[in-house]
Amino acid sequence: MSTQSTRLAARFMVAPSVILLFIWMIVPLAMTAWFSFRLYRLLSPDRTGWVGVNNYVWFFNSPDFWLALTNTLLLVGGVLLITVVLGILIALLLDQPIKGQGVLRILVIAPFFVMPPVAASIWENLFMHPQNGLFSAIARGFGAQPILFLESYPMPSVIGIVAWEWLPFATLIFVTALQSLSSEQLEAAEMDGASAFNRFRFIILPHLTRAITVVILIQTIFLLGIFGEIFTTTQGGPGSASTTLPYMIFKQAIVAKDIGRAAAGGIIAVILANIVAYFLMRGIGRHLDA
Amino acid sequence: MARAHSPRRLWLTTIAAWTVALIIFFPVLWMILTSFKTEASAVAMPPEFLGADWTLENYVEVWGRSDYPRFFWNSVVIAVGSTLLGLLIAIPAAWSMAFVPGKRTKDLLMWMLSTKMMPAVAVMVPIYLLFLQFGLLDTRIGLVLVLMLMNLPIIIWMLYTYFKEIPGEILEAARMDGASLWNEIVYVLTPMAIPGIASTMLLNIILAWNEAFWTITLTTTKAAPLSAFIASFSAPQGLFYAKLSAASAMAIMPILILGWFSQKQLVRGLTFGAVK
Repeated sequence: MSTQSTRLAARFMVAPSVILLFIWMIVPLAMTAWFSFRLYRLLSPDRTGWVGVNNYVWFFNSPDFWLALTNTLLLVGGVLLITVVLGILIALLLDQPIKGQGVLRILVIAPFFVMPPVAASIWENLFMHPQNGLFSAIARGFGAQPILFLESYPMPSVIGIVAWEWLPFATLIFVTALQSLSSEQLEAAEMDGASAFNRFRFIILPHLTRAITVVILIQTIFLLGIFGEIFTTTQGGPGSASTTLPYMIFKQAIVAKDIGRAAAGGIIAVILANIVAYFLMRGIGRHLDA
Repeated sequence: MARAHSPRRLWLTTIAAWTVALIIFFPVLWMILTSFKTEASAVAMPPEFLGADWTLENYVEVWGRSDYPRFFWNSVVIAVGSTLLGLLIAIPAAWSMAFVPGKRTKDLLMWMLSTKMMPAVAVMVPIYLLFLQFGLLDTRIGLVLVLMLMNLPIIIWMLYTYFKEIPGEILEAARMDGASLWNEIVYVLTPMAIPGIASTMLLNIILAWNEAFWTITLTTTKAAPLSAFIASFSAPQGLFYAKLSAASAMAIMPILILGWFSQKQLVRGLTFGAVK
């Protein structure tokens, strides 16, 4: 079909992308691996040398690391749970006949376009702030003490903020999937006397399986790297209460300027991401027959 | 679902859906309202709605008396620059994979996708050191490069799925008529591919504009875009609520507008074509 020269030209056209992505991934990753076995602090650059697996040992012995790992998984799991469950419910609602469908969709999708620092700053200052936040005003209105969201419940608060940002994405995908559901099938089931719950359980939910998989896969990629929201609100605190793995590594690199330890953390993050990616690629590869 | 519905049901679902939508949108709405209040009115307790002290002063002040225009301009340069550069590199790659697929094309696409799963923190340290070494820290060109590379797999994937939808017969016909490779791309492919390229561009500008990891770690002041600026706008203690809100509102407005235009493409782009 295509001539020899076309094929050759095609290879030349792919080459820049492949080379760039290769350099972008492999070179820094190799450097990270190299640094992770070395003593390398930017503040005392003359004291360098091989330290074996000391940097890794430091991580595994640090209680902060296990907390950060737990927080990372809590964040991913919590946000996935909230966005998938609420996303399906809201999508079912939006799939009903509604007046003003167009404007309504615009309102629902809006949070997704708000950049993470702004989203975090809105919630931190205008809603969760103990003195001036709207939540504290509501609490006082009921004669209760304002809740110190980011101080007393940092992880649930961060999860709430991130879930608010990602809920529109999940909803949008479920709405798209529901539109391809045949109404004849649902009507037939209704005539046969199937209850609303059974119609959901046996017709709608199986139809949504693929959409749910996609939402989980895509969101996990982005959620594993959540950073801006934590940087803006809690800075990982109080103490290390809301430190996730990316944030812990960031602190080691930029704040403590300990390149060796940060690099070891980076490699650990790669291993974690690979474990997750293994399941992701198996799931997504099947669906991505573009 | 095209079923007959009673008017009562229509109103019930309408009210329920609007309530949910307004709750989801409320934080953005509240921020926009706050941006038009005076500082005193913004922190008044109980919160002021209709009786608030409205003003445009915050916008004038934020835009006129600070470095805000520079942060805004940095965001524009970085988002648009990284997108255009990315398209320049991705269009030929996507074209060749869509129309001249080889045995390994599928694997290559999956490999590109897999690079998106590499956590940014894993390559942050070397990138930071390389930037330090080559004087790229806190420069716009540095951020353009990094954000372009970060989003390149998404651009290639999106373009690939769009190009795949263009019937190959048309290209073959052009080839039969003696069109050269260059003519084929410029006169036959490009016009048909423009909608796909446009939506890819839109989505990528949104992603780059909202990026908040590399912008925070690789900039301080000179090249900082809005995402880095807002993130380090620390603890206002109730003094700058209205101004912070005005700064935030201006930071998200361009993307809200672009985003509403590209809802459908958003789903497609972010799911790498798995959901259309």
